[in-house]
Amino acid sequence: MTSRILFAGFGGQGILFSGKQCAKTGMQLGKCVTWLPSYGPEQRGGTCNCSVIISDEDIGSPLVNTPDILIAFNAPSFDKFEPKVVAGGAVFSDSTLISKKSERSDISAYTIPATELANEMNAPKLANVIMLGYVIAKTNIFDFDYFAEKLTASVPESKAELRELNKKALLLGYNYAE
Amino acid sequence: MAKVLMKGNEAIAEAAIKAGCLHYFGYPITPQTEIAEYMAKRMPKVGGLCLQAESEVSAINMIYGAAASGTRCMTSSSSPGISLKSEGISYIVGCDLPCVILNVQRGGPGLGGIQPSQADYYQATKALGHGDMHLFVLAPASVQEMAELTCEAFDIADMYRVPVLILADGALGQMMEPVDFDTIKKRDIPEKDWAACGHGGKRKKNILTSLFLNPEELENSVLARYEKYKKIDENEVRCEQFMTEDADIVVVAYGITSRICKSAVTAARAKGIKVGMLRPITLSPFPAKELKALSETASKFLTVELNMGQMITDVKLAIECSRPVEFLGRTGGSMMTVEDVLAKIEEMGGNK
Repeated sequence: MTSRILFAGFGGQGILFSGKQCAKTGMQLGKCVTWLPSYGPEQRGGTCNCSVIISDEDIGSPLVNTPDILIAFNAPSFDKFEPKVVAGGAVFSDSTLISKKSERSDISAYTIPATELANEMNAPKLANVIMLGYVIAKTNIFDFDYFAEKLTASVPESKAELRELNKKALLLGYNYAE
Repeated sequence: MAKVLMKGNEAIAEAAIKAGCLHYFGYPITPQTEIAEYMAKRMPKVGGLCLQAESEVSAINMIYGAAASGTRCMTSSSSPGISLKSEGISYIVGCDLPCVILNVQRGGPGLGGIQPSQADYYQATKALGHGDMHLFVLAPASVQEMAELTCEAFDIADMYRVPVLILADGALGQMMEPVDFDTIKKRDIPEKDWAACGHGGKRKKNILTSLFLNPEELENSVLARYEKYKKIDENEVRCEQFMTEDADIVVVAYGITSRICKSAVTAARAKGIKVGMLRPITLSPFPAKELKALSETASKFLTVELNMGQMITDVKLAIECSRPVEFLGRTGGSMMTVEDVLAKIEEMGGNK
């Protein structure tokens, strides 16, 4: 089993972090993983994406040109990558930022107003975590409790107060799927 | 220690420290700046020194001095910065000094771009410095190998008293994969009785120089070095063969492109095409014997590179042009896809 995931959005939305968290959790589960970012001046704005592969077998190319799962955080990323999702794949989009909906019938399209939900809980930076909770609920790519445990463990001691908040955001996204 | 998820650049830096590297000199350039960043954090903790030089030229000359003292040392840069280091590298070769140099390649020529490239193959394997000389060149293809080959680079440098170049690229430098440092092997290294590290009046002084005004003396020093290269050729060539046993088409690729090719070969095999891949791990010396042996059974070769066709020359030489060698490349920082390579393999036909 191999999952090829593409995270895409603006620099600063936690795209690379989300991808890294998934890769790291995959590694901790004993799977082969790769994480490949688009790199350059994106940290200062502009579009940003990263390819994550989680597999039971050795991974050849780390590039994800045709994702099984696309997680889009802005309209340009959605427009660019949605047509490339493989048939039978899934696209997730943040409906606060992307008004367009997928018209393809051969993929599953899921939307969640992640940015709006994050603003409502007064944690605008956690839209990516809300999205991850929603993705986990819809794809079962990870066990929710295991992922939540690894996510909170990755918050450093100096920011310990963010642990509960991250878990809350993850759960919010997870429950939104119901 | 459990596996850790690391960037290729970080894995190289950590492996260097684990290999006993005590001096790092460099100048920032994308896509390898994480190395300097990592070294700046870690070096003081192991009693070493990480110094940002005022230029690449200074950095390589600091290496020249540190290597002469027998201390394990390393510098890193990306393509344009490596060009600047070439004069110093030639001096280091001329003095037979061990050190590790890393090139995380980006697109060129000139300042080029910052995306992955393999366009410095000729420079690395043929002419990174003036004079009759070779560098030992290693080409990792995963983050684990970035770590393993860095340790190996220090050992080979010390064993043969040669500078070793690790030729990586922006994708390998920036990507993360799990790394296990516990599996890395170390070699026995001879005593560095040649080092200029202070004789305290107790022994004859060691002189390290690349200046020989007497042509005979210079010739002898070059001949002696080529004897050393011969030993390296005999003992240190490394490559990985993937599904080559019955291969009719042999793909030759190294570094990040070999990863793309591996996926393409697997996909082509699923379609019944008899294709395999040879991945050089040492680019210089080149696995010529292994390729020659494959040319006895394979009917076609394909080299895949992130440049306009450089390693293809070495493949043709290795097989003495006995079989057609085709080429697939992208340049300027763009990368080919698995589908591109698969389409090329299908176009080449090959026995099923």
